[in-house]
Amino acid sequence: MAIDKAMVADIARLARMRVPEEQQEALVGELNNILGWVEQLSELDTKGVEPMTSVVEVRLPLRPDAVSDGDCRDKVLANAPEPARGFFSVPKVVE
Amino acid sequence: MTRLNELTIADARDGLAKGDFTARELTGACIAAVEAARPLNAFITETPDRALDMAKASDARRAKGEVGILEGIPVAIKDLFCTQGVLTTAASHILDGFVPPYESSVTAKMWREGAILLGKTNLDEFAMGSSNTTSYYGHVENPWRRRGDNRPLVPGGSSGGSAATVAARVAPGATGTDTGGSIRQPASFAGLVGMKPTYGRCSRWGIVAFASSLDQAGPLTRTVRDGAIMLRAMAGHDPKDSTSVDRPVPNYEAALTGDVRGLKIGIPKEYRVENMPEEIESLWRQGIAWLKAAGATTVDISLPHTKYALPAYYIVAPAEASSNLARYDGVRYGLRVPGGSLTEMYEATRGEGFGTEVKRRVMIGTYVLSAGYYDAYYNKARRVRTLILRDFTQAFEKVDAILTPTAPSAAFAIGEKMDDPIAMYLNDVFTVPANLSGLPGISVPAALTGDGLPLGLQVIGRAFDEETMLRVAGVLEEAAGFDAEPAFVAGR
Repeated sequence: MAIDKAMVADIARLARMRVPEEQQEALVGELNNILGWVEQLSELDTKGVEPMTSVVEVRLPLRPDAVSDGDCRDKVLANAPEPARGFFSVPKVVE
Repeated sequence: MTRLNELTIADARDGLAKGDFTARELTGACIAAVEAARPLNAFITETPDRALDMAKASDARRAKGEVGILEGIPVAIKDLFCTQGVLTTAASHILDGFVPPYESSVTAKMWREGAILLGKTNLDEFAMGSSNTTSYYGHVENPWRRRGDNRPLVPGGSSGGSAATVAARVAPGATGTDTGGSIRQPASFAGLVGMKPTYGRCSRWGIVAFASSLDQAGPLTRTVRDGAIMLRAMAGHDPKDSTSVDRPVPNYEAALTGDVRGLKIGIPKEYRVENMPEEIESLWRQGIAWLKAAGATTVDISLPHTKYALPAYYIVAPAEASSNLARYDGVRYGLRVPGGSLTEMYEATRGEGFGTEVKRRVMIGTYVLSAGYYDAYYNKARRVRTLILRDFTQAFEKVDAILTPTAPSAAFAIGEKMDDPIAMYLNDVFTVPANLSGLPGISVPAALTGDGLPLGLQVIGRAFDEETMLRVAGVLEEAAGFDAEPAFVAGR
């Protein structure tokens, strides 16, 4: 299915990423080209083939459910653009 | 006498051990080389003060008899590895001012083994690219030039700054990361050895994530031996990365016996792609002849799903990227662009903070993961991945390693291939299959094109059999006798 400009705007909204109007036009062509190109995968019959979950056969390790790190609030906040009173801050979300 | 910054890791190690020079002297020479090489734009951040402190500490350790694998060796680190107290950018505007309060596991291990940080190298933004032209911090120039042509060339990507640094003799080694060829392709473009180890061999903890099921750290060096030395200092189990594998790290250097007699080397017919330059085709034939002359046998093999690797990659990698890059929201680190509401702040921050290629991939990834398309695209690509791995598993029942070209071209000029994303993506046609299947791959510089640019050959090994792969690579290196130097060498 071909992507149009409205769809580009919708994908950008899903990705929470502002894409200016003039760039949307270019993206319509680029995304359609890329998706048209990956479309060749549909030539392959993959019925009964398991989707890969891990390239190397490893069983995920278990560890005791114990605190191993923490108590470093200031370090966690050190890179925040606008920390406030020991918290991250965001624009007001509740009126 | 060779300038200290032009030594290989192995030679620097010997010189330090013999007391011919100190880590401070070696580091001083490399710091001067970093400055001399500034026109290449290979570094985003230089760390000369830290380097000298680390060198002093290394000399003190050596005096006490404590000598790590990389003791006293200056290295450059791709700016995708978090380094405690040192700006880490992923070459993106969105990580403006990010100074990690922690160290990546791979670099922490290298410092424990005595390595010295010269600085953080430039790359394609979030490692997305094959030319190092998508960086927020500007293009990197390849130290190589075509004969009789002074146009600047790309160093390849995404580990382009690391490749330019090692090729220009600024540092004897640098780290890279390889998601679809980002170590091996720049190695080929810059006349270097570049190795992507098996997925799980090096910890990914503290490396800015691009596509988590594909990303793997590895070394860029001038020789196979140096690659073996560096990998030993980078590899190993890490409880902080559940995909890092708990297996002993061998002494990779010991694998370089120079003896490939009796080994079976697979030659996959599907890698003979349309429009491949004759020079690359003939280099590949030359590689086959070199290995035969050294006593290996070559076996024609088929990897039938090869042509589907690149399209599958361009579903899987953007999908994982769109998910990984969701964290850049202007709240916890980096850039924040104000907006009237929370959503507007997110949209403004991400709209301004991400460059064109990153946006394109986040868009693709968001689309293929969205409701209604997930199965048709993402699950389909994961099924194709299973088939690609199966091709390799069957091939490795018959052969010990696989020989292919590394890239379908030599370095191209900055500005070429920029208009068509797919033409750029095709750079990775020979390297992507090893990422999709988790296998180790190495590029070895093997020849020059007619106009004087390096070309690499790739060896792909069995999972966790970097040793056989390195052994084959070492024999190719010996036979090729590649000793050409780039047009630009720091300080000459």
